[in-house]
Amino acid sequence: MKAVEKVFLKGKHTLSGFEACAEGALSAGCRFLGYYPIRPSFKIIERFIERSLDVDAVFVQMEDEISALAAVLGASWTGRKSMTVTSGPGFSQMMEHVGLGVMLETPCVIIDVQRSGVSEGLPNVAGGGDIMQARWGSHGDYEVIALAPNSPLEMFELTVRAFSLSERFRTPVVVLSDAVIGRKKEEITIPDQKDIKIEKRKYYKGKKEDYLPFKYDEKDLIPPMVDIGQGCRFHVTGLTHDERGYPVMSDSCQEWNVHRLVNKIRLFSDQIVEVEEDQTEDADVVVVSCGVVSLDAAKAVRQARDEGIKAGHLRLVTVWPFPEKRIYELAQKIDTFVVPEINYGQIFYEVERSGRGRAKTLFLHHSSSQIGQSADILKSIKKTRGNNK
Amino acid sequence: MKASEEKHPMENLLRMDRIPHIWCPGCGIGNAVSAFAEAIKKVEYDLDEVCVVSGIGCTGRVAGYVKTDSFHTTHGRGIAYATGVKLGNPKMKVIVISGDGDLSAIGGNHLVHAARRNIDMTVICVNNFIYAMTGGQVAPTTPRPAFTTTSPFGNFESPINIPRLAEAAGAVYVARWTALHMRRLTDSIVEALKKPGFSFVEVIAPCAMYYSRTNRLGDGLNMMKFYYDNSVIKHGEPTENLDIGFQEEIIIGKFIDRERPTFSETVESWKQEYKTGQQGGGD
Repeated sequence: MKAVEKVFLKGKHTLSGFEACAEGALSAGCRFLGYYPIRPSFKIIERFIERSLDVDAVFVQMEDEISALAAVLGASWTGRKSMTVTSGPGFSQMMEHVGLGVMLETPCVIIDVQRSGVSEGLPNVAGGGDIMQARWGSHGDYEVIALAPNSPLEMFELTVRAFSLSERFRTPVVVLSDAVIGRKKEEITIPDQKDIKIEKRKYYKGKKEDYLPFKYDEKDLIPPMVDIGQGCRFHVTGLTHDERGYPVMSDSCQEWNVHRLVNKIRLFSDQIVEVEEDQTEDADVVVVSCGVVSLDAAKAVRQARDEGIKAGHLRLVTVWPFPEKRIYELAQKIDTFVVPEINYGQIFYEVERSGRGRAKTLFLHHSSSQIGQSADILKSIKKTRGNNK
Repeated sequence: MKASEEKHPMENLLRMDRIPHIWCPGCGIGNAVSAFAEAIKKVEYDLDEVCVVSGIGCTGRVAGYVKTDSFHTTHGRGIAYATGVKLGNPKMKVIVISGDGDLSAIGGNHLVHAARRNIDMTVICVNNFIYAMTGGQVAPTTPRPAFTTTSPFGNFESPINIPRLAEAAGAVYVARWTALHMRRLTDSIVEALKKPGFSFVEVIAPCAMYYSRTNRLGDGLNMMKFYYDNSVIKHGEPTENLDIGFQEEIIIGKFIDRERPTFSETVESWKQEYKTGQQGGGD
């Protein structure tokens, strides 16, 4: 009984976003952490390691982030839910294994605590510049799932959801966090274990000798998986492969293989996409934001409403896949989108694309020093109403 | 019995549905695979509990031909991937088979640190002195002054001595053989597999396509014969003496065989210590 309580920190706790993230991973059943230390994400790692004895989790500090994610992929195939934790430059290093994770259809979670880039940038300052890297960072064409928490509670909940999605879709899932959310403390209620819903990895149930690693089900395009050591004696490769997992160097196989990898997420994006909307029903101007910026954006929208401006807010809980349908619906009803970001324009491009010219799209650079302030966002909202005061 | 009905003696370990393989005639990788297969047979492992991981390159393709759980991963990262496999499921016997460029250049850091941690795995490195899959470019192992497609005036870089690197990093077993020392190589792989901790076996093999052609060394068999005839067995030779010159004598044998606690053992003892300490047993 005691042991179970130790594993799942049920009840009310005052936790930082970093701690909540580690607890979310443990509650989701994560039992392998491969990492390389980096600011400011290391607080998640410290918490995970402190708790590893309670849950019998394995952790290993690898020699770099390339090997950290490689080890995570290897461990995931042994049946352990696995994750890595990193920030900016480390995320760059991981890109080669994001690609391998996609190709080998390996469930895993990458927590990226975004910091201000480029290169080493500002290690301790919150950033929001990894949005497009999460989407397109590895070479080749693929789809990715990325979630953006905006509170310690969501650091818990979305980490749990990241594991659930990665198991369901057999793909790496990124949690795009930042240092402000990570350091923030609040009292959160961790649910009872039975209330934590995680989709289960789909396992192969047929005869061992008949197992084909990439023979997928037509209904969800996901091939059932097996664990290493289960006796199926399978082979998988990062090369373009057929359903046996064997490399086949042909265009038709590339089409068969990679098109499905894209479609298994693209065609099911309705099951993934999650947005949170506030007062968008009658809005003329809608602010689109995610992560820590969304706190300031929400405030600016409330202030604008107080001043009689019909403003609304759409927060991306999932950044990828992008909620293009919803953005297009809104674009047909409103005048302008305002997109504040802690970068020089990334989500902005997606909003502009998804709006297909039906609404104007304004980008606003919300610098990391402006976190916690809504004045610039409010000003942008007013500007769209022809009010420059 | 017709020839076509005859079973390959290694059929239970090889993916016969993938034969013919991609390796060129006269290549030494096949010998290394044969020795590995024979060794696996000798140690009588349950094949369901064997996992082979490879990186990229000609030798990187080995994982695709062995009938165990096997992964063909990214360039140089086989050892890192295998570390996750071993720590995730410690009952697996994990073997990394890859080439010299993969393991000592792009994957050099992973080799060093897996050896330092003493992760319980066996690494078989087929060294053909060249990047063959990409078209015969100079490698960190290319002897001076051998010709390659990217060293048309002769290689001017100092080659790496991989056994020395493995020893310095902490490998508990280090050996080197040529591709024609089939019996000794097999026995050595058996020893390496049985050894708890990080074991490393280098196999000197011909690249009959690029290394041979650019240096006019004859066909693969000539080269294998040359390496065999020009090697001297010196067990226990200090690894600093294991540099390989162009078409010079090659020292082979078992150089290191020592005991060190493995990564899993140290983790376990740390856990026990910590748990005892928490119960008030420690001070």
